[in-house]
Amino acid sequence: MVMVRFLRTATLATLLLAAKAQADWQMNLTPGVTEVSEDIYGIHMMALWVCIIIGIVVFGAMFYSILHHRKDKGHQAATFHESTKVEIIWTAVPVIILLSLAVPAAQALIKMEDSSNSELTVKITAYQWKWQYEYPNEGIKFFSSLDTKSRKAGVKNSGIDPASVEHYLRQVDSPLVVPAGKKIRVLITSNDVIHSWGVPALGVKKDAIPGFVNDTWFNIKTPGEYRGQCVELCGKDHGYMPITVVALDDAAFQTWVTEQKTAMAAAQNDSNKEWTKEELIEKGSKVYATTCSACHQAGGQGIPGVFPAMTGSKIATGDIKAHLDIVLHGKANTAMQAFGNQLSDADIAAVITFERNGLGNSVGDMLQPADVKAAR
Amino acid sequence: MNAQAVHVDHDDHDHGPPNSGMRWITTTNHKDIGTLYLLFSLLMFFVGGLMALIIRAELFKPGLQLVNPDFFNQMTTMHALVMIFLAVMPAFVGLANWMIPIMIGAPDMALPRMNNWSFWILPFASVILISTLFVNGGAPAGGWTMYPPLVLQTGASFPMLIFAVHLLGISSIMGSINIIATIMNMRAPGMTYMKMPLFVWTWFITAYLLIATMPVLAGAVTMLLTDKYFGTSFFSAAGGGDPVMFQHIFWFFGHPEVYILILPAFGIVSQIIPTFARKPLFGYSSMVYATASIAFLSFIVWAHHMFTVGLAVEAELFFMFATMLIAVPTGVKVFNWVATMWKGSMTFETPMLFAIGFVVMFTIGGFSGVMLAMTPVDFQYHDTYFVVAHFHYVLVPGAVFAIMAAVYYWLPKWTGHMYNDKLGRIHFWISAVFVNILFFPQHFLGLAGMPRRIPDYSVQFADFNMISSIGAFGFGFSQLLFAYIVISTIRKGKQATDIVWEGAKGLEWTLSSPPPYHSFSVQPVIK
Repeated sequence: MVMVRFLRTATLATLLLAAKAQADWQMNLTPGVTEVSEDIYGIHMMALWVCIIIGIVVFGAMFYSILHHRKDKGHQAATFHESTKVEIIWTAVPVIILLSLAVPAAQALIKMEDSSNSELTVKITAYQWKWQYEYPNEGIKFFSSLDTKSRKAGVKNSGIDPASVEHYLRQVDSPLVVPAGKKIRVLITSNDVIHSWGVPALGVKKDAIPGFVNDTWFNIKTPGEYRGQCVELCGKDHGYMPITVVALDDAAFQTWVTEQKTAMAAAQNDSNKEWTKEELIEKGSKVYATTCSACHQAGGQGIPGVFPAMTGSKIATGDIKAHLDIVLHGKANTAMQAFGNQLSDADIAAVITFERNGLGNSVGDMLQPADVKAAR
Repeated sequence: MNAQAVHVDHDDHDHGPPNSGMRWITTTNHKDIGTLYLLFSLLMFFVGGLMALIIRAELFKPGLQLVNPDFFNQMTTMHALVMIFLAVMPAFVGLANWMIPIMIGAPDMALPRMNNWSFWILPFASVILISTLFVNGGAPAGGWTMYPPLVLQTGASFPMLIFAVHLLGISSIMGSINIIATIMNMRAPGMTYMKMPLFVWTWFITAYLLIATMPVLAGAVTMLLTDKYFGTSFFSAAGGGDPVMFQHIFWFFGHPEVYILILPAFGIVSQIIPTFARKPLFGYSSMVYATASIAFLSFIVWAHHMFTVGLAVEAELFFMFATMLIAVPTGVKVFNWVATMWKGSMTFETPMLFAIGFVVMFTIGGFSGVMLAMTPVDFQYHDTYFVVAHFHYVLVPGAVFAIMAAVYYWLPKWTGHMYNDKLGRIHFWISAVFVNILFFPQHFLGLAGMPRRIPDYSVQFADFNMISSIGAFGFGFSQLLFAYIVISTIRKGKQATDIVWEGAKGLEWTLSSPPPYHSFSVQPVIK
């Protein structure tokens, strides 16, 4: 009982300390904003204190011995070298301590793994190097990638001070938006390699595995912005794959849903109309910057031996059908993905037109969204 | 005539063949091969260390200053491969080669020609592995864990990586067979299993772990090779395979592997502490049983590396309980070391300082290990710097400190020269201070949510990264002192006595310092 009270006081003290030291010198785990993350935090603190206390006892005995049982103090060595009684004690006591940790951990785990009775489902698909969020019941689907400011400042020797960029490397162009106070079920998969979606404040981390769908859930108590990033090495831009989750109250979430639907309908129109070459090149340069430049580089020069150059490449200056084919279907066993299921007809038409008439290429031909649609 | 012949014979017996290049290439002598392993390992320790310094230099402050993300990933991958397979493992095999025969009273290893081969594969494997840095597309960048599908995106270096891993595996397996054959067949009369020195015991068990798991790794990487070049889909869901299966197979190798890197260290520390406490090891038999239990448990905990892949909750519970159980035998070991020191008559020469440093800092790594074992909390820690801090605590002030302790302990025996103990103690203290500046802040970074293997980070992680990098440079450069001490002691130094340390016990101390080229040609009898 005394122990429990001590633990509680200690936890509280640490909490206060953590809150005070939050900004740059965060030393401890965040308690987070979900019941699960709070459970985790509680177990973490319990385990931490158990370790600290055992450490004090064991190291205390050791340093006492180091200070007193030394030759230069004239201490004579004893000759004992075993004691069945002591050995049984220090085998049994750790077992009991471990059990007292394992029981609450098992209880928390069973609760965490129960994703039933959710109120909203979000599907997350990971790509090298961005996330796609899909709301199957609402018909909303969009990509979420690193924001442009971070991307610019993050280039080697960019000359931009990372401290001047708000949420450097942790800010996305379009965040995952969810209602607060609702149980959200998350389905996670990947389109290419293994990624992992983790947001510490939600107490969630789950791998995105190509060909398999994992599930997890969270229920955010308070509206706000919560950040994380990809936590499983997924190639060159693993460090540039942030996650932002925005939790809104119910009414604001509904407004957001309506807005998204309108925007998607507008995008649909793009793919039906006829474009001029200039319009395509302008749109294409934006698509290139968010989708292609991570590998093929901003100027189209690629990275020798790793990612092919776009400038003067056989594909970007050769037959336009072959060019469209590789963009639509990708290339097996490389980082070149099948963009057919990521980009709209208009996006693909635009980016191909841009690649053939920009980045130092001047083939002169162009594609219309209708051509892309026909080739799918 | 006769007397002269005897003299020549005797000379050979003592000093071995002249010091030519061919001597080292063709040698089948366990001491020569042990020396080769240890020097090779020392060199690779600096190669891997240089890679670590490139990593820490880039992470010194936010923003990319020195390397591109792709090269950064090559460095994290190669640093791990070099340190594990080319530095720490060869160092332990080198110690085994030098010490096991003279600790059990055997004239040499049981299979001397194979011994030569198992060493000489290493330089070739390392050249293949390190030369990947210079091929088109650079070195492997998918992490030492080689998870598909990412690793299948590797360019020209991919088959070189697989071939190097195969060669390293062959070398380790041959080394282990040799160690097992030596221990089982060549112990001096009266040296029963339960009288073997702890270092011999821990290596005996380690060798079994190696034989059991290295072929598993070889199988896994071969499947990667056929997936990439021969159209199989072991690890591709699109072809009916499963990328997570690779992780199961890899960690079935990988978890025993981490004990391969630590069990011989337990043995070393169990030799050193009794010597400088001038008191027999406390709980010898429980030490043996604890080592065996840890080895057994290492085979049934592999999925704790994969708690976030989406295992069934029952599986997560099993692997959590099994993993936590490892704390029990490990705890027994730590308690036994403390009990050995208790009421001893201790002195604190360099080997003892490193051994005590090992006990303290390995235990810190053990604590974070218990925390990581608990599945719900692991979801927060997984793949963050908390994990990086954890395994570096058990591998650097753990395994590496134990290797250094062993070198300081046995170097006078090997060379016949006593090193400057004061310099050794200085080396210990600066290493111990900097290693903590290097790795302790990484716990905080991990708890704050910084993922591992990223070349650049959010500004909120800046302060502790800078501290960690300062520690890294301090630790890295202070190892030059280690190299200086070792090399200068090989060349010259005060003649060491046979027993070297006042409290030393065991057959190796009955030999001269340095021991004759061929020792224990007549087996000693243990009473």
